[in-house]
Amino acid sequence: MDKVYPSVDEAVADIPDGASIAIGGFFTAGTPVPLIKALARQGAKDLTIICMQMGPGNEDINRLVTNKQVKKAICNYPFYRSASRGANSPAEQAVRAGELEMEVYPMGTFIEKLRAAGAGIPAFYTPTGVGTVVETGKEKRVFDDREYLLELAFKPDYAFVYAYKGDRMGNLVCHMTARNYNPEMAASARITIAAVESLVEPGELDGDMVHVPSVYVQRVVKVDRPEYFPTID
Amino acid sequence: MNTTSKFKGLSRELMALRVANELEDGTCVNLGIGIPTLVSDWIEGRDIILQAELGMLNTGPLAAQEEVEQDLINASCQPVTELPGSCYFSECESFAMIRGGYMDVAVLGALQVSEKGDLAGWQNPGRGLPENIGNIGGSMDLAVGAKKVIVAMIHTTNDGQYKIVNECSYPLTARGVVKLIVTDLAVISVTPKGLVLEEVAPGLTAEDIQSVTEPKLIVSPDLMEMQF
Repeated sequence: MDKVYPSVDEAVADIPDGASIAIGGFFTAGTPVPLIKALARQGAKDLTIICMQMGPGNEDINRLVTNKQVKKAICNYPFYRSASRGANSPAEQAVRAGELEMEVYPMGTFIEKLRAAGAGIPAFYTPTGVGTVVETGKEKRVFDDREYLLELAFKPDYAFVYAYKGDRMGNLVCHMTARNYNPEMAASARITIAAVESLVEPGELDGDMVHVPSVYVQRVVKVDRPEYFPTID
Repeated sequence: MNTTSKFKGLSRELMALRVANELEDGTCVNLGIGIPTLVSDWIEGRDIILQAELGMLNTGPLAAQEEVEQDLINASCQPVTELPGSCYFSECESFAMIRGGYMDVAVLGALQVSEKGDLAGWQNPGRGLPENIGNIGGSMDLAVGAKKVIVAMIHTTNDGQYKIVNECSYPLTARGVVKLIVTDLAVISVTPKGLVLEEVAPGLTAEDIQSVTEPKLIVSPDLMEMQF
């Protein structure tokens, strides 16, 4: 089984208007930048983007906002820390102007929603967010004298993930803290596109060291290692 | 020196040292963004495991320029290093670990802390965003999941407003979770009877601290000057 696409542009070519896309990466680490750039070139509109942030450490995603491709963003840490820098960032400006819908979830809830989708679980209870604005409109239930919120799974149409190494079948190996959201996002989506730094033949990866099993990955594309210096302020 | 109000307080570095002295050997600790991140500078060589919420245990010191590896950062997006026994895992597992009760201590920043230990730290209404939009990040999970929450923050706002308040007016991170507040001016513990003033910064008195704190403080019979 060979899932390799010749280029990032071909790997994202069929994404339709209105699609939902989970994008991996924690600030700079493990962000599939070449796929985000390809999506900006491809031009699909009315997208729902499920991604930790909309700018900090991931400035390429701003292109999707300034292109007016994004209808809604679902995040956990969307903006720059600095209010002054945030005020000049495309995503924050679009939210203020009412041009971009946004939902924000606690980080653990955000990724558990994706994990649940990939694991065939429609919803789960979590203690996080009880007594805060996060509980608004959600069912609450008490287990062992503690309150929990019911949170629903997210099931995106596509996921963009990043891996240090991948084989042609779609087995992926992540590197250090660049793993972050990538494995659960890969499992959550109907079509997962993996950008890999190093493409190898089946059998070359140590099966004991695979972080994303091949069944979760539908497309693999070789990319160059993005160069960036970590910063978010 | 911080000149947040009428008093000159400790530097951010000394606040971080005071928090570091509160941590016990053999524990697992998560440090939030801001002043809490500086605590890592004071625990090198100690038997404390730092968790980075993006998926790492036993996070090492900040990387020197020539050591920077872009796939190895902490939750504040700073390049860090490995230590013997460091390991990596997914974000999902990281938060399972946090909610699952494996963090002995979370050190978090805050915008307000109430008398009852309510924590507000993820959104400043002054930024003008909708009330349910802002950088929640890992703060809510850490606040409910850690066995002990220590807040490290400047005692008042830049214009001298209370940050230790009767009731939080900013959006909450979690209710009733804060156990200890370390500021540039004082160390205050949150107890069922109220806020107990345990320590004051050098040169300050209990009356000084009360004047920049909204709830009535209980002065500990063992009140002392902060030690380093």
